[in-house]
Amino acid sequence: MKPETVDVAVIGAGPAGMSAAVAAAGAGASVVLLDEQAGPGGQIYRAITQTDARRLELLGPDYADGRALAAAFAASGARHEAGVAVWEVTRDRTVHGLRDGGVRSWQAQRVVLATGAMERPFPITGWTLPGVMTAGAAQILLKTAQAVPAGELVLAGCGPLLYLLGWQYLRAGVRIRAIIDTTDRADHRRALAHAGAALRGWRVMAKGLKLMLALRRAGVPFHTGATGLAIDGHERAEAVRFNAGGRAHRIDADVVLLHQGVVPNTQFSWSLRATHRWDEAQLCWTPQADAWGELDVPGIFVAGDGGGIGGALAAACQGRLAGLAAAQQLGRLDGAERDRRAAPARAELATQLAVRPFLDALYRPKLRVPADDVIVCRCEEVTAGQIRSHVALGCTGPNQAKSFGRCGMGPCQGRLCGLTVTEVIAEARGVSPAEVGYYRIRPPIKPITLGELAREAQ
Amino acid sequence: MPTDTLFQPLAGAAPAATVQIRFNDRPLSVPAGITVAAALLLAGVQRFRASAVSGAPRAPYCMMGVCFECLVEIDGQPSRQACLVAVRDGMQVQTHDGVRSFDTAAAACPPMGAVHEA
Amino acid sequence: MTAGSDVLVIGGGLQGLSSALHLARRGCSVRLLEADYCGRHASGVNAGGVRTVDRHFAEVPLSVAARALWHAMPELVDQDVGFVPSGQLKLAETPEELEVLRQRVQALQAMGFFHEQLIAPAEVRELVPALTPRIAGAIWAKDDGYAYPYAVVMAFRRAGERRGVQVHEATPVQRIERRGNRWQVHAPGGPFEARHLVNTAGAWAGEIARQAGEPVPLEAGGLMLMVTPRIAHFINPVLGATGRALSFKQFANGTVVIGGGLRCTADAVAGHGEVDMLKLATSAQTVTDLFPHLGPIAINRAWAGVEGFMPDQIPVIGPSRTQPGLVHAFGFSAHGFELSPIVGQIVAELVLDGCSTLPIAPFAVDRFERPGGESALSSFPPVNQRP
Repeated sequence: MKPETVDVAVIGAGPAGMSAAVAAAGAGASVVLLDEQAGPGGQIYRAITQTDARRLELLGPDYADGRALAAAFAASGARHEAGVAVWEVTRDRTVHGLRDGGVRSWQAQRVVLATGAMERPFPITGWTLPGVMTAGAAQILLKTAQAVPAGELVLAGCGPLLYLLGWQYLRAGVRIRAIIDTTDRADHRRALAHAGAALRGWRVMAKGLKLMLALRRAGVPFHTGATGLAIDGHERAEAVRFNAGGRAHRIDADVVLLHQGVVPNTQFSWSLRATHRWDEAQLCWTPQADAWGELDVPGIFVAGDGGGIGGALAAACQGRLAGLAAAQQLGRLDGAERDRRAAPARAELATQLAVRPFLDALYRPKLRVPADDVIVCRCEEVTAGQIRSHVALGCTGPNQAKSFGRCGMGPCQGRLCGLTVTEVIAEARGVSPAEVGYYRIRPPIKPITLGELAREAQ
Repeated sequence: MPTDTLFQPLAGAAPAATVQIRFNDRPLSVPAGITVAAALLLAGVQRFRASAVSGAPRAPYCMMGVCFECLVEIDGQPSRQACLVAVRDGMQVQTHDGVRSFDTAAAACPPMGAVHEA
Repeated sequence: MTAGSDVLVIGGGLQGLSSALHLARRGCSVRLLEADYCGRHASGVNAGGVRTVDRHFAEVPLSVAARALWHAMPELVDQDVGFVPSGQLKLAETPEELEVLRQRVQALQAMGFFHEQLIAPAEVRELVPALTPRIAGAIWAKDDGYAYPYAVVMAFRRAGERRGVQVHEATPVQRIERRGNRWQVHAPGGPFEARHLVNTAGAWAGEIARQAGEPVPLEAGGLMLMVTPRIAHFINPVLGATGRALSFKQFANGTVVIGGGLRCTADAVAGHGEVDMLKLATSAQTVTDLFPHLGPIAINRAWAGVEGFMPDQIPVIGPSRTQPGLVHAFGFSAHGFELSPIVGQIVAELVLDGCSTLPIAPFAVDRFERPGGESALSSFPPVNQRP
């Protein structure tokens, strides 16, 4: 089947993707936006077009912000292809996706990768047990299914999303057994040392404090400076252990929601062999891009958290910049017009990103390089100790680790272990993560069956 | 006293329309428009599959299609990510333990004479 | 052999590691220079087939000799390498294809080789119950099998190191130079010196040959493979076909690896093969034709490796024709894995004895310059040189 031609293909319907589509379509480019979900919004604005007044109230104003963008997207003239799992983007800008068992392809002049972020791995003892999920997963259940945890609920980790979720649950009448926060006083000191972000930092910090205060006032037990987190259980989560306030704790738990920040979803950018750099502040890999988000793969842009964590509002700005740049490159706008339209987004982006160093320092994820007996690769059940033993046998990087012990060869294609593996190997070798590198990522980025692929040969 | 379900409906949520699915050969009434993963969690399912390596119990972790823990068989198609598929009236959902057995696949295929599940 | 570096081996794939091991076993001091890490390319990422079946006739004596080594690996590398003697089948889907296979088996037997056996559909079905019944017959090589490529690489490496082989990784060779009766090899951490040089540089061996004054038509190409998630065990033997490209095996861990000589583009400088997913569609169709059961099974990952190809699809193995003290073994055109244990032996023989106990004339490095020198033995019948 011949691919459909289009000016701009946008992958991902979150704030970056929607903004890119709006900007490019607004300049007269033909745009197709491909997304796995049935409705627009990505993860942050998940189910925004299908929600109700109650949930909007519950989830708070930041979520409700997504409505305007979704409306603008719907009116933009960009074509929304929902329910499409993109399994390959080539350097020649061919995009292959799967919907309902059928392969669809597009040939684009420009591609904007807006695949967003995913939760940072949280490798602690017991993290693979049923009942243990990410805070993001819990939010998705709330947004899409009006579902909340039952039984004893514990939130653990660090970062604004954890407190936001707690606050949302409070308002929803969900009882929280405890919030276990790994943030400590050293984090606060380090964060406040970022003088440049002080102004906006205070506002963000105040927001976080307000959430925490509400939780404390409601009597939710708070444990800060927590270390040594572990989850006990046989068939499912049963309890959380940790150290805080100078003593050991064990709290019964049926549902444990983990969060220590989000990281860019870089599967597509790696598969395109774009250059990535290790970001020591954000402790993750980010693709190298210019001021418009163009990668060192010509004609392919990244926008939003997929290029580095900046949050939803930054993502919308970056989407706009990428959409405008793509349109200009295709002759739909001249440079001056592009710059004029881009100016407000660029200013807003600077504002949004200015607070990042503060946030990255304050909510620095601690639980990244686990002890030997902790599972690092969930799919293949490879532990940190096994990876360290590979290093002792001469394994120097994640791709070799695959050959030694199947680490990273499971269905998730390294999404949940990649960062951990890089850091475990780096620490074991005594070198920087930048030197260790990351998994070689190959298509299919999303699963395709032999039967579905076979149909393409016909 | 451990809970008998990991997730429950939001208190005071407006009752939604329901659809009927079959889960491991028993009928299940679930809210319309939600994902299979959400439906199973609300229905009290705590173990979606067993790890292919050790047989350890696994259940959804990320709910957004990156962890691949929520793999179930949907309408005869094995290893579908339940968090990415919306429930549909009449849908058949099967959990499978451990390494995927071929029994169900053979049943879905045209007859092969003497050849059947290995 | 005197002490010091007797031999420098260029290339840490299996051909190089096997050569180093055999040389060390015969008392040489060996230094091996590898540009990246051992087994980084074809040797470490191939489909793992240990195959005598369906070989170009020139390779048959080597392949059969190698197979004996595979069955006695602990004697060579001090450990089990996980070789599984699952047998290999070459399927005929039509009577015409079966006739081609019949004539092949007859020709081999006339040459004195009985490792390939023609079998009827009923026997095929007994060996692979899950296979579609629409099979006309097959060639069965019961002593063939498969292994895990990287485990084999590591075993050869460790066995060599135990006997004194010095392995240098991240050491790409830039230049070779003859100085008197010694070789000087320029590479990071060098220059390195030795009496003898072994060119087992895989897809990059052409440059070494060129520097030695004997350019060869070696082409760096990409080969693609794909793998499923773990699924319940349903097949023991490794499969190949006749009328279409196929290499198909299920490993003990349940994953199924599918290939079939599927070429793709490769960037030899970057050491990267670019997967062409739609080209893999043909492989997917072949698989689902033979095993309809597998239609719903996902492809977990596809990958591509960089390999060295010769125009006549058989390797270069033999002494340099332009330089003393230089032995070549490269260009295995997607089927070097099974041969590697014996290639090392041949290389050691060439270095130490000046000749080999096995017939290597068809693999001469200069055969492309001599009219009619190319593949002196015919490939009968024309076979898909599948990996």
